[in-house]
Amino acid sequence: MKTGSKTLRSNIITYGLVVVFYIVMQGLYMTDNLSSLMEGLMVPLCYYMILAVSLNLVVGISGELSLGHAGFMCVGAFSSAVFARLVDEKIPGMAEIIIAILIGAAFAAIFGFLIGIPVLRLKGDYLAIVTLAFGEIIKNLINAVYLGVDANGLHVSLKDTKSLNLLEDGDIIIKGAQGIGKLPRNATFTIGIILLLITLFIVINLVNSRQGRAIMSIRDNRIAAESIGLSVSKYKLTAFVISAALAGVAGVLYSHNLANLQATSKNFGYNQSIMILVFVVLGGIGNIRGSMIAAVILTILPEKLRFLNDYRMLIYAIVLIAMMILNSAPKVVAWRKVMAEKYFPHKGKINEPGEA
Amino acid sequence: MSNTNERYLLDVEKISIAFGGLKAVDDFSIKIKKNELYGLIGPNGAGKTTVFNLLTGVYHPDTGYIKLDGEDLTGKKTIEINNAGIARTFQNIRLFSNLSVADNVKAALHHKYSYSLLEGILHLGKYGKVEKETEERAYELLKVFELDQYAEYKASQLPYGKQRKLEIARALATDPKLLLLDEPAAGMNPQETKELMDTIRFVRDNFDMTILLIEHDMKLVSGICERLTVLNFGHMLCEGETKTVLNNPEVIKAYLGD
Repeated sequence: MKTGSKTLRSNIITYGLVVVFYIVMQGLYMTDNLSSLMEGLMVPLCYYMILAVSLNLVVGISGELSLGHAGFMCVGAFSSAVFARLVDEKIPGMAEIIIAILIGAAFAAIFGFLIGIPVLRLKGDYLAIVTLAFGEIIKNLINAVYLGVDANGLHVSLKDTKSLNLLEDGDIIIKGAQGIGKLPRNATFTIGIILLLITLFIVINLVNSRQGRAIMSIRDNRIAAESIGLSVSKYKLTAFVISAALAGVAGVLYSHNLANLQATSKNFGYNQSIMILVFVVLGGIGNIRGSMIAAVILTILPEKLRFLNDYRMLIYAIVLIAMMILNSAPKVVAWRKVMAEKYFPHKGKINEPGEA
Repeated sequence: MSNTNERYLLDVEKISIAFGGLKAVDDFSIKIKKNELYGLIGPNGAGKTTVFNLLTGVYHPDTGYIKLDGEDLTGKKTIEINNAGIARTFQNIRLFSNLSVADNVKAALHHKYSYSLLEGILHLGKYGKVEKETEERAYELLKVFELDQYAEYKASQLPYGKQRKLEIARALATDPKLLLLDEPAAGMNPQETKELMDTIRFVRDNFDMTILLIEHDMKLVSGICERLTVLNFGHMLCEGETKTVLNNPEVIKAYLGD
């Protein structure tokens, strides 16, 4: 059972958790209590949480298994990095990153739209396979691109830097697999948290709107949704494009946190896509708050386990399994409910899909 | 169009569909007047649900036409047909099981209470006002079916009989001219069936609705339907007043064998 006021409270808790997380981390950082490892993870934590929340929109709310999320992140990262290089510190850092975010989101949304039209005609495993392929195509395509700029404008080539035919004063922006260098590195933890809050705001509000109801109705029963006049393709595409745009925002944060950006399989490959999916699955499909928490734990954990050397991934796997059992084994869920009822009478509740 | 056809809300003329070599529905015609309670009966596999699927655009007829209130709906998509005014329920209940009871109805109010995607994401503009109206209308409908006290439950938590009622409420929320009920009494006990009969009559009278229903339960059919069409192996066996049809020896033969 759920009520409107409960949904509202659940959403406030979600926003509150992010704010508390921000205050704690920022406090530790200001007082020099963070290890250099954790300092380095502050911005990544933000973009991983954004990725987890945005993928949850497709997997949890819209009910489609997409494995190409890193591809949209890649589009956001590169489009915004090219923009950063083009303006080349001619505008202030803050204005640059705001425009970069809009550009990254817009490009990722366009890719999401173009890929979504054919892909969303598929269902289940087929959709997963094709999104996986598109994610790889995006990454490999960017790896092959050479882009330069001179007085005549932009030059693009798929061969090498020479075939760009740049003038003397020309500047090479994307050097194929070497990627983009000389980036501004002006992403901060504060910007990351603000973007995360905006992401949460968009996804949670969408879920509680008529469009969100349409998306979830289609997820629950496609045939019935059509019978009451809901356009399946329109709303599947809506969810997919918004999710892609938000992944693009995460990409902007990613590219603005680095000096050199390359499209390797480590950062934009299918491993990354599956990693994001793991956040969503372990946090609970459709559970927005859970996927954020999973993103934090699973980003910090592998770093903290480095001292285990060869056993690191073994322990990591065991933790994944343990989290899965804790989250979804019926007996554990029942036990959690009993405990919640015992210590917080009438307050404890397990999140239901469609709530944050 | 001739004047005689104008009297009918639903005017279906000689529709057929074949799946491979099998003629599932052959030359099926049905004329339903406004505010009529009409039954479509026949043994298992006679093609009744296929007729519903043809009427709602799940399948498109190979021949013939379908007209609602004079508007030609032949070959239109499910969504367009719903917008034109045909709503349905399903033989095996199809609710939005993870959504609340209220949200199931609200989803069906999608087109009547509308605001833009941007307003939906920002919760600005018409959002507040329209959501409130949606909520009021949804509860109004739920109250009619005595479901308002379950409004915040998940749809899947409702008992079977109430799920059927919710499906009817959801269909009515789209404000149709014609309501199709596919075996509404399936799986119900006699008490629930009796309640359902009252509900269906109530809907017809209070919503000024025209209803076409498929049913196996002869007590329900003879109790509420005014006219019937009998289908057997995709062919129309006969049609007419309920009493006459049910006493037709051919119909008895189709149901009970020789």
